[in-house]
Amino acid sequence: MSEGIVTASYVGATILFILALGGLSNQETSRRGNIFGMTGMAIALIVTIATVTSNIEILIGGLLIGGSIGLILAKRVKMTEMPELVAILHSLVGLAAVLVGYANFMDPTRLEHYAGVELTIHDIETYLGILIGAITFSGSLIAFGKLSGKIGGNPMLLPARHWLNLGLLLASVYLCSMFIDQSAAGSGLNPLLIMTGIALLFGIHMVVAIGGADMPVVVSMLNSYSGWAASATGFMLSNDLLIVTGALVGSSGAILSYIMCRAMNRKFIAVIAGGFGTTSGGSSPSADVDQGEVIALEAPDVASLLTEAKEVMIIPGYGMAVAQAQHIVCEITKTLQSKKINVRFGIHPVAGRMPGHMNVLLAEARVPYDIVYEMDEINDDFPNIDVSIVIGANDIVNPSAQTDPNSPIAGMPVLECWKGKITIVLKRGMATGYAGVQNPLFFEENTRMLFGDAKASLDKVSKSL
Amino acid sequence: MKIGVPKEVHDGEKRVATTPDVTKHLIKLGFEVAVESGAGAGSNFSDSSYTEAGATIKEGAKIIWEESDIILKVRAPEFNSKLNTEEIDLLHEKQVIITFLWPAQNPELLKSLADKKVTALAMDSVPRISRAQKMDALSSMANIAGYRAVVEAAQHFGRFFTGQITAAGKIPPAKVMVIGAGVAGLSAIGAAKSMGAIVRAFDTRPEVKEQVESMNAEFLELDFKEEGSGTGGYAKVMSKEFIEAEMSLFAEQAKEVDIIITTALIPGKPAPELIKEEMVVSMKDGSVIVDLAAEQGGNCKLSEAGIVKKVHGVSIIGYTDLPSRLATQSSQLYGTNLRHLLTDMCKEKDGNIVVDMEDEVVRGATVVKDGEVTWPPPAPKLSVAPPSKAEEKSTDTTPNQVVVEKPSWLGPLVTFLVGGLGLLGLGAVAPASFMAHFTVFVLACFVGYMVIWNVKAALHTPLMSVTNAISSIIVIGAILQISSGENMITWIAGFATTITAINIVGGFAVTRRMLEMFRR
Repeated sequence: MSEGIVTASYVGATILFILALGGLSNQETSRRGNIFGMTGMAIALIVTIATVTSNIEILIGGLLIGGSIGLILAKRVKMTEMPELVAILHSLVGLAAVLVGYANFMDPTRLEHYAGVELTIHDIETYLGILIGAITFSGSLIAFGKLSGKIGGNPMLLPARHWLNLGLLLASVYLCSMFIDQSAAGSGLNPLLIMTGIALLFGIHMVVAIGGADMPVVVSMLNSYSGWAASATGFMLSNDLLIVTGALVGSSGAILSYIMCRAMNRKFIAVIAGGFGTTSGGSSPSADVDQGEVIALEAPDVASLLTEAKEVMIIPGYGMAVAQAQHIVCEITKTLQSKKINVRFGIHPVAGRMPGHMNVLLAEARVPYDIVYEMDEINDDFPNIDVSIVIGANDIVNPSAQTDPNSPIAGMPVLECWKGKITIVLKRGMATGYAGVQNPLFFEENTRMLFGDAKASLDKVSKSL
Repeated sequence: MKIGVPKEVHDGEKRVATTPDVTKHLIKLGFEVAVESGAGAGSNFSDSSYTEAGATIKEGAKIIWEESDIILKVRAPEFNSKLNTEEIDLLHEKQVIITFLWPAQNPELLKSLADKKVTALAMDSVPRISRAQKMDALSSMANIAGYRAVVEAAQHFGRFFTGQITAAGKIPPAKVMVIGAGVAGLSAIGAAKSMGAIVRAFDTRPEVKEQVESMNAEFLELDFKEEGSGTGGYAKVMSKEFIEAEMSLFAEQAKEVDIIITTALIPGKPAPELIKEEMVVSMKDGSVIVDLAAEQGGNCKLSEAGIVKKVHGVSIIGYTDLPSRLATQSSQLYGTNLRHLLTDMCKEKDGNIVVDMEDEVVRGATVVKDGEVTWPPPAPKLSVAPPSKAEEKSTDTTPNQVVVEKPSWLGPLVTFLVGGLGLLGLGAVAPASFMAHFTVFVLACFVGYMVIWNVKAALHTPLMSVTNAISSIIVIGAILQISSGENMITWIAGFATTITAINIVGGFAVTRRMLEMFRR
């Protein structure tokens, strides 16, 4: 196939990818967008495979095996496990970038194609591709472990971790120059291997130091890294399709990280450096003050409060995902709607362990998406709300973010449910959220607590309705 | 411990200190409950409903007073004409009595309670702190009084509250002025509003403005600055100038409104006179004044405690038993307040109460302990948030914010300079082919930036999975390498193809699955 047709096809694929991302701007066009994405990928694959001259059976075999595994994974995964799936898929992109980089380096024709400055640039590209790929790989694996509970969610902080990170960075820069020197002479595998080891360690160290509440940032950041890895590989192979796609994915992940950080009022660097809540001494002075008493309710009381309300707001958090309570939430919503009660959902950007996590869970439970609102859309409506139900959320409804400048979450935008008439908080116990901050909301006079597992409690509420 | 609930003996008192519903809760706490036969009749609770709830019904008050460890009542002890004896004389040592006592007004009563060596808790002395709101019987009663005041006003008012346009002509809505926006005032505002009246409210405490407006009523303001908030969320006595301004406002309003409901009280003082005779004269015939302060002398001089009078064509209602006129509701709320207090005093849930003088709430309510008068209590530690402090705070923060929000032009300039120099430097050394790719890269970053900001927050998870799938375009690198001669490279490339295939198919399939779920 001629070079021109290949390039033209790549341009087509690029446009389709951009359309795929653009389609996600609303729910109606999103499905079409996904089809665009698949078409783009198919075009790129077919055109590239057509240029393959030998070993086609390995290629097809690999594609088929991998494809079936992917299909099974996608069919089987529970919606509450989406963050884990996304993390593990990121690690695969990282690993692929590492492998492609090594394969490229080992290609004996490499020195024939490049010389002088071009060789140096090519080497840097290879080096960067492998570096980013390795960080993505190990970081995503650790993120997967944390999200699935195989590794503890608390940040693990090594002493002098900032210096350690800096040391690792300097070492990689030094190894890079070493690699460039040796590569011109035809060798250079050793610095490359050492660097890969360092990058793997760096990825592990980075994610291990990040606490559970910051996981949305980590997941989107790794998403970004996987894109940059693809982009670096594209530079290495002089392939514009890879460069563009990688840049799209990279900027997408970077924007998501930025949105998540803004939603927590945290500096990106601070999240990456790790150790949420430890620098601020763990607790603000107000945590020690006797906050008063909470008023506990039973499920039937909650049901009667709900039936008497006109406007109900449901605020889900990670606790809803853990308890798998989304289906019963939907059932309650339907019951209330049939009683002419306006039920809406208020979603905080960092609710859950991944951007948009709550929306997916509610969609799975068949909650219509037009009653699901973002924080900014509904925060002003709270004074008109009769009953807000907070399901397994804590820090995202903490008024001290606005009132207590010493609080570790000070300045973080929060859902102002306390401005409504009554707030019902579903919680297992009086433990604090991930930020480790006591929540004055629970002690507000118009807050009622319903203790117990979210799903069991809501089952009872649903029965009493 | 045994709880006894005698029938109220005050003339016309219909309330009762516990309801069948509350009885159930008390029994759960481990108490035994005995109720005098007929005690709940005035509030429409039959003896059998108490029995069903687990209480025992006793004939006659005497046995209740004799056998119980805790006596729950509504009204302070007084003369029982049936037994021809003072209720106080029925008390015996070590008993606990919980009721409204008004210790400030009844010092002799406290003394005789102390002589009896009993412990007495006054429900009206429960301190006004957040934690004790669920036991605040004064608020419960005030709420009911405010509601009932509107109902009484409607009873004596010859017109609709709501405005209507009918075939027979236009009906203007009634105009209601509520003076004093405390619990009773707000409750009256709510009731009058829901009946369709135009409601205005006045209060000397500026912080209640928001509460009044939240109920869609108009808050009347004076062109006069004076802070009217006293301690404990009550009002205080105002200066002479303020009162003059206030009076002229009321005089003006009196000509216009149909119904005035006054709820102005200052603790421990006679009610302030707010409605003068000439204002009553200026009101339209058929107007109504409900004076909730009639018992304390009245906000209107013409009102008379306990009765309805017609003066200058205006009905002036001076009922002092408004809660009792809504006995079922009052008993229910009062009983619940009592239950909360008992729950607080019975931490072990074993049916025994402890009068813990360290507990701020119990300390406040206890006016006689084991024969000793303990009233008045030490001043409560905290009141409703001191407003002056809040003001200080807000002035503190404003300058800070200004400083933070001021954008610096130096930052972006430096960024652009460094960025530009970096680009130039790169262009100077890098070959043309690299620069071409670099151009594509930078443009793609910007396209990505523009496109991604438009993505809905709700679709962030599908965005991540789809970007995951398309970032597997890296498979192209592997495919290009697979036909290289070297065995090793082929196998590495084959493996890379396999794992990226997982990603491509998995990513797209799971995205599809998610997007299918988003339904309207």
